Amino acid sequence: MSDRWDEKAPLYGIIAEFDNPTDLVVAAERAYAAGYRKMDAYTPYPIEEVAHAIGHHRSLVPLLVLIAGVTGGVFAFVSQWWAAEIDYPLIIGGKPFNSWPMFIPITFEVTILFAALTAVVGMILLNGLPLPYHPVFNHKRFERATQDGFFLCIEAADPMFDRTHTMNFLKSLNPREVAEVES
Amino acid sequence: MEARVIHESLKPAPVIAPGHTFESVTEKINAVVLTKKFGFGWIVGLAIAFMLANLLLLSTAVILIGGVGGFGINAPVGWGFDIVNFVWWIGIGHAGTLISAILLLLNQSWRTSINRFAEAMTLFAVACAGLFPLIHMGRPYFFYWLLPYPNVIALWPQTRSPLVWDVFAVTTYATVSLMFWLVGLIPDIATLRDRTKSTVLKYVYGILSMGWRGSARHWHNYESAYLLLAGLATPLVVSVHTVVSFDFAVGIIPGWHSTIFPPYFVAGAIFSGFAMVLTLIIPVRAYYKMHDFITDRHLDNMAKVMLATGLIVFYGYANEVFYAWYSASKWEQYMMFGNRMQGPYMWFYWALILCNGLVPQILWSKKMRLNVYVLFIVSIIVNIGMWLERFIIVVTSLAQDFLPSSWGMYYPTVWDFGFFIGTIGFFLSLMFLFVRFVPMISVFEVRMLLPESKPKGAAAHE
Repeated sequence: MSDRWDEKAPLYGIIAEFDNPTDLVVAAERAYAAGYRKMDAYTPYPIEEVAHAIGHHRSLVPLLVLIAGVTGGVFAFVSQWWAAEIDYPLIIGGKPFNSWPMFIPITFEVTILFAALTAVVGMILLNGLPLPYHPVFNHKRFERATQDGFFLCIEAADPMFDRTHTMNFLKSLNPREVAEVES
Repeated sequence: MEARVIHESLKPAPVIAPGHTFESVTEKINAVVLTKKFGFGWIVGLAIAFMLANLLLLSTAVILIGGVGGFGINAPVGWGFDIVNFVWWIGIGHAGTLISAILLLLNQSWRTSINRFAEAMTLFAVACAGLFPLIHMGRPYFFYWLLPYPNVIALWPQTRSPLVWDVFAVTTYATVSLMFWLVGLIPDIATLRDRTKSTVLKYVYGILSMGWRGSARHWHNYESAYLLLAGLATPLVVSVHTVVSFDFAVGIIPGWHSTIFPPYFVAGAIFSGFAMVLTLIIPVRAYYKMHDFITDRHLDNMAKVMLATGLIVFYGYANEVFYAWYSASKWEQYMMFGNRMQGPYMWFYWALILCNGLVPQILWSKKMRLNVYVLFIVSIIVNIGMWLERFIIVVTSLAQDFLPSSWGMYYPTVWDFGFFIGTIGFFLSLMFLFVRFVPMISVFEVRMLLPESKPKGAAAHE
């Protein structure tokens, strides 16, 4: 370790840019095989293989949506039943107070409403958004990540991370460019 | 797999013109938003649409001041233009959800370049639809009585009524459509943020995109949520028009009390929605030269969906006639044969059969489907036909029901027309703003159509 000032600047990680999705997937798989875990890939469109390659296999969103949908359905049915049977019983069209088939359409709609709202809000919150600032934005070419760039960033927080070693490792993966990202 | 040979002429045309790259796709679609000047045609079009939208304001003001007596509704026909137009607009919206959700689940890649556009159409159509029952209530400031909320007289909405189901169905539909659209926009707004030269816009897009950075983990959750939304929107869209049809079918009025209503309403909704997508997308494609993304194959496919759903609707009409005859109920028989076919509104009925039953049959010919002029005219005729269908259902049944002594004619007033034309203006104004200020094609999804977007070879599955 030298004592040069710039090497002491806090580092978020080291980012490599690739020309195409195939190189990115290969690189992510190699990095995972080499033992790196705290890393993330950035792509202009979803590439399922990349998420799997960096070890992200399951999304929590479906479970949340299921819970929310069931909650919404139970809530809607029980509140209709309660209003019609307990709180304010009225005879309508000679039907029983608990005329449950008539409660199904609203039960269905509220199930969908709860589930859909949870899918969106849950996805945004699980992603830690809104987050207008993130260290990867410091990389000067990062604006390509929403256009045509494929990036892999190994974070300094990873226990395996070593400034020189990780840099050389990423350079060996056929990247277009490798750069340090300030935190 | 490679051994399977498909004859050239049987292969479907590509859904995106060859030769595009990630950069060219991004540039071509975003240029409309970021760099192009406001075109003369766009300004004139928006001005006309906005003028018509002001008719909506005027008519609304007249009705709010003077009451619903300003409309043509009367004692037998309590549901006039308001319900006709409500059902018409809601139906139009359905194509957007069909394209974005159902075709996504069916893995139809051609939906990708028209889904954003169709979803925007859905949103605006639902916004127009919502205005009609609101104003038709007469005292729209009490609209919240329809919602369950704790109140001092301890009353709840009557959830056994299809009209209350409608409130839940339409508000849920509007909410889910809005979210589907907004979620689809997040990555594209991030692209705009990274492409714009203006500092102010960078902040605006930065806030709207919520700091989207394309992380693989984020994409994974995103895809999961998007697919679930599609899965939820699919039964939802079917339920919405089913519930709308219950507004009629649950009643005992002749011509309404029929089990064919839900499927036939849903098919009609998709039919009219695809007609509206075609009416809008053909001029937009020509004006912004988007032929690379909205290819002839897209128009061809949409015409086919229109033809298929049109046949279902026509089958529905035939069924109504059969049911009326087979029911042996003299009210139903009179409704069909005496009233609709030969009654005071018979011209509407026969125009409906012409517009929805006969004219779309021209789309059996591939040559006609690929002719944008023919397609445009057919789509407008279908829009008119579907409006006539709603008019026939709402008005003829109410005008002449069981007792001849209570019969009465319905004549719309100038404010009925003003309100209706006003919503068309409002709808078109929103569409004009949409094509200019939001990427009208989903850029990130179009990137996925490019051959180089897929990771190749063994790397993909190790």
